[in-house]
Amino acid sequence: MPIDRVTLSHFRNHTESQLDGTRHFNLLVGENGAGKTNVLEALSLFAPGRGLRRAALVEMAKSGGTGGFAVSALLDCRDGSDPVRLGTGTRSDRPGRRLVQINGANASAIGLGEWLATSWLTPAMDGLFTDSAGARRRYIDRLALALDPGHARHASRYETALRERNRLLDGEMEPDSSWMDAVETQLASHGSSLAAGRATLVEQLTSELSLLPDHPFARPALTYVAGGPVEQGELARELRLQRMRDRAARRTLTGPHRDELEVLMAGKQMPAASCSTGEQKAMLIAITLAHAELAARGRPGMLLLDEVAAHLDPVRRMALFERLRAGEAQVWMTGTELAPFDAIAGEAAVWRVISGRVERAG
Amino acid sequence: MASQEIETLASALARLPGLGPRSARRAVLWLVKRRETALAQLVGALVEVQEKLVECAVCGNVDTRDPCGICADPRRDQRALCVVEDVADLWALDRAKLFTGRYHVLGGRLSALEGVRPEDLTIDKLIGRMEAGGIDEVVLAMNATLEGQTTAHYIAERLEGYPVRITQLAHGLPVGGELDYLDEGTLAQALRARRPMA
Repeated sequence: MPIDRVTLSHFRNHTESQLDGTRHFNLLVGENGAGKTNVLEALSLFAPGRGLRRAALVEMAKSGGTGGFAVSALLDCRDGSDPVRLGTGTRSDRPGRRLVQINGANASAIGLGEWLATSWLTPAMDGLFTDSAGARRRYIDRLALALDPGHARHASRYETALRERNRLLDGEMEPDSSWMDAVETQLASHGSSLAAGRATLVEQLTSELSLLPDHPFARPALTYVAGGPVEQGELARELRLQRMRDRAARRTLTGPHRDELEVLMAGKQMPAASCSTGEQKAMLIAITLAHAELAARGRPGMLLLDEVAAHLDPVRRMALFERLRAGEAQVWMTGTELAPFDAIAGEAAVWRVISGRVERAG
Repeated sequence: MASQEIETLASALARLPGLGPRSARRAVLWLVKRRETALAQLVGALVEVQEKLVECAVCGNVDTRDPCGICADPRRDQRALCVVEDVADLWALDRAKLFTGRYHVLGGRLSALEGVRPEDLTIDKLIGRMEAGGIDEVVLAMNATLEGQTTAHYIAERLEGYPVRITQLAHGLPVGGELDYLDEGTLAQALRARRPMA
């Protein structure tokens, strides 16, 4: 299996937990607060970024522990060669700095993405379609980053340049026009790359989703709506042209920070935000699976699904299991009880999670 | 437990970049053991620098004379001017001994968020040097950060209309770097900045 011999030490409520003998399906079952999602979070650290809770590193270290934590696993690349040892964590003397080791050598978190494609879906993402446009932009940026590591750099530089321009617009005095020119040059350069990255992602997801039927999962139709000109020269011109308007508004009103991801339910042509909770969940699952397929091209994949099965009716649950079974990615799921997983319990590796300990249960 | 004076010295040294309390105590102990030699020499050097330290009125470099050693050096090319953000950048460039012209230290970089405005930098002084004439080329050697590049664009625009060639340090492939280790952003920069083989 791609990921095996997973160890968590001093991670959240786990002192020392080891998960051996993983399979295609891996189930973590236990009461609320037992530490199931903590295992998924630990696995999500094998991707670049802050993990599936977007938490600070210091929060991940076990309270009352040494102040540091470690997560490791063996990655089988299925090419007949020895598995690769992945490790990440913090040291007690520098709890805010994430260390990454690949086969014992120090590496960067970005480097992890070259080995393994990790995607996840958590209940915290359930409100994505009704949430702010900003939350959807962050979401598509995270998906885009998994396919193109350079995307993060454009996003952060654009963000900084935007705050610079807004500060200039918000000043008491008329902004210095040469200074505005200089900031807008940066804004247009990173903004057009950022917008192009998002547009490409939505295009790829759309073509992946178009292969799916409308049933039993509601199929989402995604549209990327640019918040300004996408081409660098045009964006620069537009920013320059709209200085007066932006000065009156005291902030920048055009550019990729105004992008929107529009989601319709393909069958009914209904905005996702107006669909039922179950339909929204089904569409999120469809996007997550499509992204996992895209991300796992050329490298092993891992899919972390937190509390997913419980939200689905039996028909959709079976359909989900069938799709996951057909997919390449190793699947990790959590639930408070085993019953919803009956259909796959025979082929899955099952662990009971009890107050920060894991016990193999099947 | 060391005396108050020694603690004061240790805590002053601890604030030096790259040192910290532990290294500072070690340095103090080392100095104390060599009171007549190393300590005396250090005290003398510190006093001398403190007394003579001045900022060069021409370029903004820090030296013990004004104009600084670089501005006063007749062998330096007066027609080329390299603009840097800070004195540290000037020293880094000059250590390489490749640039034969003179420098201009801005004293920072533009940042609306940190409240650093054009008038907080020595940009007017730079324009004054342009007005005085005799300069053919201005090399903008800003950091490759967002603020550094914004500053470079700003200066380039302010220098429009002066009969000088404005150039910028190349961004891209580091010397000794291997292509397959570079991120795509850096590779894209390197590709954009490609030039004909000499």
